[in-house]
Amino acid sequence: MDLYARRLLVNRFNLFISMLAMAFGLFWLGWILIVLFQHGFEAISWSLFTEMTPPPGSHGGLANAIVGSFIMASVGTMIGTPVGIMAGIYLAEYGNSGWLAPSTRFVSDILLSAPSIVIGLFIYAIVVLHAKHFSGWAGCLALSLIVVPVVARTTENMLRLVPDSLREAASALGAPRWKVITSVTVRSAKAGIITGILLAVARISGETAPLLFTSLNNQFWSLDMNAPMSNLPVVIFQFAMSPYENWQQIAWAGALLITLSVLLLNILARVFFRNTAQGH
Amino acid sequence: MPSGFGIHEIGHATATDVPQANRMNTAVTHMAGSQDRTGSKTMSNQIPDHLLQKHRKLDIAFEYASRFFAFLVLAMLAAIIVSLFIGSLPAMEKFGFGFLTSTEWNPVTEEFGALAPMVGTLVTSFIALLIAIPVSFGIALFLTEMSPPWLRRPLGTAIELLAAIPSIIYGMWGLFVFAPVFSEYVQPHLISILGPIPGLGLLFQGAPIGIGVLSAGIILAIMVIPFISAVMRDVFEIVPGVLKESAYALGSTTWEVVWNIVLPYTKTGVVGGIMLGLGRALGETMAVTFVIGNAHKLNLSLIKPGNSIASTLANEFTEAVGDIYTSVLIELGLLLFIITFIVLSLSKLLLLQLAKQEGKKS
Repeated sequence: MDLYARRLLVNRFNLFISMLAMAFGLFWLGWILIVLFQHGFEAISWSLFTEMTPPPGSHGGLANAIVGSFIMASVGTMIGTPVGIMAGIYLAEYGNSGWLAPSTRFVSDILLSAPSIVIGLFIYAIVVLHAKHFSGWAGCLALSLIVVPVVARTTENMLRLVPDSLREAASALGAPRWKVITSVTVRSAKAGIITGILLAVARISGETAPLLFTSLNNQFWSLDMNAPMSNLPVVIFQFAMSPYENWQQIAWAGALLITLSVLLLNILARVFFRNTAQGH
Repeated sequence: MPSGFGIHEIGHATATDVPQANRMNTAVTHMAGSQDRTGSKTMSNQIPDHLLQKHRKLDIAFEYASRFFAFLVLAMLAAIIVSLFIGSLPAMEKFGFGFLTSTEWNPVTEEFGALAPMVGTLVTSFIALLIAIPVSFGIALFLTEMSPPWLRRPLGTAIELLAAIPSIIYGMWGLFVFAPVFSEYVQPHLISILGPIPGLGLLFQGAPIGIGVLSAGIILAIMVIPFISAVMRDVFEIVPGVLKESAYALGSTTWEVVWNIVLPYTKTGVVGGIMLGLGRALGETMAVTFVIGNAHKLNLSLIKPGNSIASTLANEFTEAVGDIYTSVLIELGLLLFIITFIVLSLSKLLLLQLAKQEGKKS
């Protein structure tokens, strides 16, 4: 075989392998989603939303876990978002000099990928250990720590997309800087910032590890933020690892609920961002 | 405050140099005094002092507030390290550096060693990278060079969705679906084909039970593929078209361009992406906890149950009785955090280096 033919062959072979790699990635996504839909829809019923998590062997639902997850994700987002947005504003608007901005950027990028179980440990050490009991508040705090870097970095990136001429125009009209930032830059980057928040919510709604040692779980209906609080991920963990058939069924249903909401949030964020990005 | 006060004092953002300051005063008063319109009614040539002062104060307050929150992010990191360090002091005092080399794990006699979970974490992550690197490279290559343009976005999004699936879902799927299939169709062949080979065979000894270090590594691989391939795709896209076109003009094939031009150019970025994947794999908790088997034993065999730092924490922390036990687990957490911190820092530095080099060349 001459050199030319061999080069063509190598080329074709490697490109074929790369196609296989792509198929390999899609294969797992398909497999996971199909299994999840099969098992999940089998187990999903109306009582899932109206009944509490059951003891082994009896009928029940996920009402307390759904509500608990919803509350903790909302409160976590509400605590984390303002911090993240303000940090993002600093990075984008004031962060062109000095040591603080580069180090904050660096650290928040690392916290973005840091193991979330360590965040749970941290909250355990500073909150749970002193309060001497697990609580919904501790869970919210742990989740908010995960929200902060996500929101901070997206906010910064989105603010950087705002053309400087806009800032200059507002300043030229005599607007003080805080006003330029709040009513011109942040406002025109609003869609992007909301995308970041949506992504952060998607991220924390599926997080299990940081809740294990903070809010733990609660078998009963409880809205007391000072007591252990039920939440979907930890219930799924507990129920799926158990040997009881009915618990595993409920775990599948919960898994489907979580995945659907996370994927929905992700797609929503993308569509939202794409629409506004095209508008510019 | 002096009269004839111009735009300089208020608009000190970027456009401080506006020549016709006086002519613009109408607009100035309008903007600055949006809460207090009394000044603009009289239409004087100056802005009331109290307004100017108020906004100067607000400006300063706003800057300091945002700086405070940025600082808070830094403080978060410091607080994590310090609190975990304090929490692990009792364990450090009791076991010292021997903690890192001991495989003992006995909650009853309170003898603990971190070697087994540490090795478990490293081995599962290594397996994950072994699979994820070539696959991610293939995906990035496909997305940047081969895919028809209209397919690029949907396929890229699909791969990114792999990263969006919560890790607990991977865990459940791994335990209930993947492990049975793996033990029935794959592991027996691994054991019968690779098992007898001297040396390598030691990694494949034992019964095909589905769960274990190898399964955990494979599932981790699926989980980090989206991260590595996203970085690879992004850095491949920054290669200047001129470079690639020159190579094509010399008669290179697509593969030769990717292997000899694109890859060398983006080397640091690619390694950065791999490091990011490694950082993710090291700290991944729930998926590993489901499928690794949770056995505190150091096994050479990859198909036997093992343990990782994160899975030990997830499994034992809430059940830990006694200060030493808890403290040992916190020390494990600290170890994990330090390892991932170093890996992720390296990743970030490499990616920054590529960005800088890119800035110089263009």
